[in-house]
Amino acid sequence: MSQDYKTDDEILGKAYDAKLMKRLMGYIRPYRKYVILAIVLNVVVAALGPLRPVLTKIAIDENIKGKDYHGLMITVLALLGSLLLQALIQYFLTYYTNYMGQKIIYDIRVKLFSHVESLALKYFDKTPIGRIVTRVTNDVESLNELFSSGIVMVFSDIFIIVWIFVFMFLMDWKLSFVTLSVLPVLIYGTFLFRKKVRDSYRDVRFHLARLNSYMQEHVTGMNVVQIFGKETDELKRFASINDDYKQVNIKSIFYYAVFYPSVEFLSSFAIALIVWYGGGEIVQGKLSIGVLFAFTQFTEMFFRPIRDLSEKYNILQTAMASSERIFKLFDTDIIIKEPEKPMELKEVKGEIEFKNVWFAYNDNDYVLKNINFDIHPGQTVAIVGATGAGKTSLINILTRFYDINKGEILLDGVDIRNFSKKELRKYISIVLQDVFLFSGTIKSNINLNNSEISEAQIMEASRSVGAHRFIKALPEKYDEVVKEKGATLSVGQKQLLSFARALAYDPQILILDEATSSVDTETEILIQRAIQKLLVGRTAIVIAHRLSTIQNADKILVMHKGELREMGTHQELLAKRGIYYKLYQLQYKDQEVTKSA
Amino acid sequence: MKSLLSLKKYFYRYKTKLLLGVLFILISNLGNVYLPLILKDSVNALQKRADYSQLIRYGELIALISLVSGVFLYLKRQTMIVASREIEYDLRQDFWQHIQKLSLRYFQNHSTGDIMAHATNDLNAVRTFVGPAVMYSVDTIVTLVLVLSIMLSLNVSLTIYSLLPLPLLSYLVYRLGGLIHIKFTRIQEKFSELTTKSQENFSGIRVIKSYVREENEIKEYKTLSHDYFNKNMDKVKIEALFQPVLFFVIGISLIVVIWIGGLKVINGTMDLGEILAFVVYLGLLIWPMIAVGWVVNLIQQASASMKRLNKMFEEDYEIQDNELTDHKIKEIKGKIEFKNVSFRYGENLPYVLRNISLEIPQGCTVAIIGHTGVGKTSFINLIPRLYDVTEGEVLIDGRNIKHMPLNILRKHIGIVPQETFLFSDTLANNITYGLSENKMEIVESVSEISQLKKDVESFPKGFETMLGERGITLSGGQKQRTCLARALAIDPNILILDDSFSAVDTHTEEEILKRLKAYMKDRTSIIISHRISTVKDADKIFVLDKGVIAEQGTHDELVQKQGIYADLHYKQLLEKELEELN
Repeated sequence: MSQDYKTDDEILGKAYDAKLMKRLMGYIRPYRKYVILAIVLNVVVAALGPLRPVLTKIAIDENIKGKDYHGLMITVLALLGSLLLQALIQYFLTYYTNYMGQKIIYDIRVKLFSHVESLALKYFDKTPIGRIVTRVTNDVESLNELFSSGIVMVFSDIFIIVWIFVFMFLMDWKLSFVTLSVLPVLIYGTFLFRKKVRDSYRDVRFHLARLNSYMQEHVTGMNVVQIFGKETDELKRFASINDDYKQVNIKSIFYYAVFYPSVEFLSSFAIALIVWYGGGEIVQGKLSIGVLFAFTQFTEMFFRPIRDLSEKYNILQTAMASSERIFKLFDTDIIIKEPEKPMELKEVKGEIEFKNVWFAYNDNDYVLKNINFDIHPGQTVAIVGATGAGKTSLINILTRFYDINKGEILLDGVDIRNFSKKELRKYISIVLQDVFLFSGTIKSNINLNNSEISEAQIMEASRSVGAHRFIKALPEKYDEVVKEKGATLSVGQKQLLSFARALAYDPQILILDEATSSVDTETEILIQRAIQKLLVGRTAIVIAHRLSTIQNADKILVMHKGELREMGTHQELLAKRGIYYKLYQLQYKDQEVTKSA
Repeated sequence: MKSLLSLKKYFYRYKTKLLLGVLFILISNLGNVYLPLILKDSVNALQKRADYSQLIRYGELIALISLVSGVFLYLKRQTMIVASREIEYDLRQDFWQHIQKLSLRYFQNHSTGDIMAHATNDLNAVRTFVGPAVMYSVDTIVTLVLVLSIMLSLNVSLTIYSLLPLPLLSYLVYRLGGLIHIKFTRIQEKFSELTTKSQENFSGIRVIKSYVREENEIKEYKTLSHDYFNKNMDKVKIEALFQPVLFFVIGISLIVVIWIGGLKVINGTMDLGEILAFVVYLGLLIWPMIAVGWVVNLIQQASASMKRLNKMFEEDYEIQDNELTDHKIKEIKGKIEFKNVSFRYGENLPYVLRNISLEIPQGCTVAIIGHTGVGKTSFINLIPRLYDVTEGEVLIDGRNIKHMPLNILRKHIGIVPQETFLFSDTLANNITYGLSENKMEIVESVSEISQLKKDVESFPKGFETMLGERGITLSGGQKQRTCLARALAIDPNILILDDSFSAVDTHTEEEILKRLKAYMKDRTSIIISHRISTVKDADKIFVLDKGVIAEQGTHDELVQKQGIYADLHYKQLLEKELEELN
């Protein structure tokens, strides 16, 4: 499993995959009008930068040389205008494209989350939670750059270059050729640098990951290091990993150290060419000094768009890798099938029947073998058995968390596969052994944010199960914030909360998995009372760990190694002196002792 | 700011590289500031219709100077930034050396995540200060001084006018940079909320599905995602300002040069070449002015991080050799004695062990049994001094363990901790972890005792199999048996097993115990367990309950007593019966 996880996260494939791109573009479609607008604006704004050297040339050749004060004023105002306009459009564009990108990310994230919520438990059983979380958070996040700056900005970079060309050639085509002669070297150099930096960045990341995982691992296992007195050896190992990291970093410094000075040299070289060739032309009277000014400014404008373009490769590559993982999750369809024409559940009486039920989590590895029993409306049935006897599986299949392999489960005489899951679960509530609390308030943990359950009902339910007293003692009462899965609440309090939750939903059928953890006597009495309250007036199935519960049950099912071995009341089963008798001695008899004591 | 002073010694260590860096910055900048002067001269010469050969010379000069300046630019990065990586290395090395000496208590009180945050984020912030921040500070100062003096010598009033907007540039970068950093922190907070929400949802999926709350959860997730969206846009609003504002301020400076410079040229108080020189000088000043604002932010972040690191460096080692240590002790034999030992994890916490006195003769096997949370693990942690006793003393061979060299003490004790921890390394390396070299005979023999050999034979790579993230995942029982082998490999005089067979089936356990018995003949061993089957053959059994020794004796004696031990014994017999039932 863990190996699979790694390879999945390390996909760093091609930078462009037509199929993936097409699917990604699907998310842009709702915003296509805006994309077009953004591109058009980009074309305009791209021209404003290169326009300024042109205006500078006019200022020098016509205004200054012609001693035209008024003209100079107008040119300067034009420069100011273009500057202001550029700043405004630029701001608007940046804001806008980011807005779009974030919107798209939002759409994908919510859609992916909704999809995951619809998957069957089977998927959650076999997939590490951490991995699913990474998909809906980090992977989606890494698409951000593609949508917010990637797609639109490609046009911007290209058009800036195009405009510079246009203006240069309009001014003087020969000098343009001379100046642009450095361009191939610049482009080649930039892309080569990008490639080198990308490779070395990958090395840096690899060694950083190694360093971090070494530290992570050894901080976790520090007691082992210390017990075996390996501090000196470990420090040496750490030094070698730390050194590897240093070396790859120094190597990447080299590329930067070569690249930036080279770019500066190239632009100076271009200026030298301009002085040498342009100067000659000026001497011959074929060229004005203003053009020379303009061209020195143009040479400084090339670099940024070329560098930006070379970075787009990285953005694409990351986006492709993430989207591949995201789409893989979208394509996962492990779901419990809904019936084509779901039957409506109007009045549920609560009669349950298991008929020759067989169930396996994996192919033919049956954990439930040929189970047969029935429960009449309003009855309480207790399930007992050793660990691994199949008790939990029995309740898992009743609410269709999993579907059975053979046989049928009937609710009021109808196979439960004829009802929609939603409908079915509305009438059946489960109280699990591990109480799961969500971050939120006490209130929201009882009604699970269901606005149909009023505050009065919440309090009523809490009162019934005896949770009201401790909730009232909390500083914020029902609005008290539940921290870190209820770390501040005691085990008993958490259980009472989950009972209140079940009672607030007032289901026809209740499934209860009693917790085994021991609580103090007072809480134990509270819990026992609460359980009695819960069971009254509804069909109930209880995985029982309490003597009081099994004694009060109408029927006890004794599970053993996936089979239903004994069935009857407490007294009947004791008299049999079979499995139940042994289980009783092991698990329940002590409670009798403490009770009488 | 003060916190950064603790970096002094590191800077001092690399002073040659750093000083050379400063020199290189000076040289490359000299070249840079000379270029515009040539440009100025060539334009002025052109106006006077200079001859062609002079232009070629100017061209050559520009190319040559930029080449020289480029070389020193290269050298600047190769010295200053490289030095910063060296310092980072040293700092991290010191960090690790310190971490390793901290006692177990520190690791109990600080989450791995917190420690890792120091090791990654904080170290990185400091590195950015040591490298780029220092380099750009020097660069900025040198450039400012050189360029300003030349500009002033060319034309005082134009210099003042054109530089007027630039301090604004530094200020804006500083402010915007700071704001963006704050917004970014907010985004990260929201992002972690989003992560928590998904985490919680997927772990609690059963509850959600049972109560049909999927749609509601999606609705909430939407709200949260929307908040996150808004927080992102808050940042975008400011970040989007960054570039336009910078360009605008820079542009204004250029316009000022053309306008005022232009007027001066028309009036004949300045020549055209100077305008060009000014334009290029402004270009040279832009980055340093941006760097000022940026560097201020970097320094602020680095000093906050350094403060946290310093706090960690000041952390007390708690358990280490001191003046009481008797370095003449080179070996321990294995007689253990607890004298009125009490222990608690902190001053305000309840006692976990109370007034425990017992004696374990050398070569004896004793067992400790009891329910979860009665203090069994705390008890054995005291022997290799993973924690020190709160009151009383622990003696080995009649000497207080606080007077023994820590290394000698631990080298002779083999512990199999309750939480099986193995490194992501090969099986063989894990087993020989406590040895200085990898001896195959030892691996083979201890694996035989711990019954690991059979399992390993089924692995294609045998003992060279990788474990952990990049290798295979062992079962719980295999992990426990590997940990046992690792403890046996150091040939310990005292062996401590902390519930080390909980995931091993009873049959294998019996086999191991049989072999251990022979191996441990002259050694002292302490076995902690929940299982009667593990402890029943021990020379003496202690039943621990609520921090005190409730019962002690041999198996038969304790069964007779009809107490806690007898009850456990009876229940486990029943369990076994049920298990065997078909």
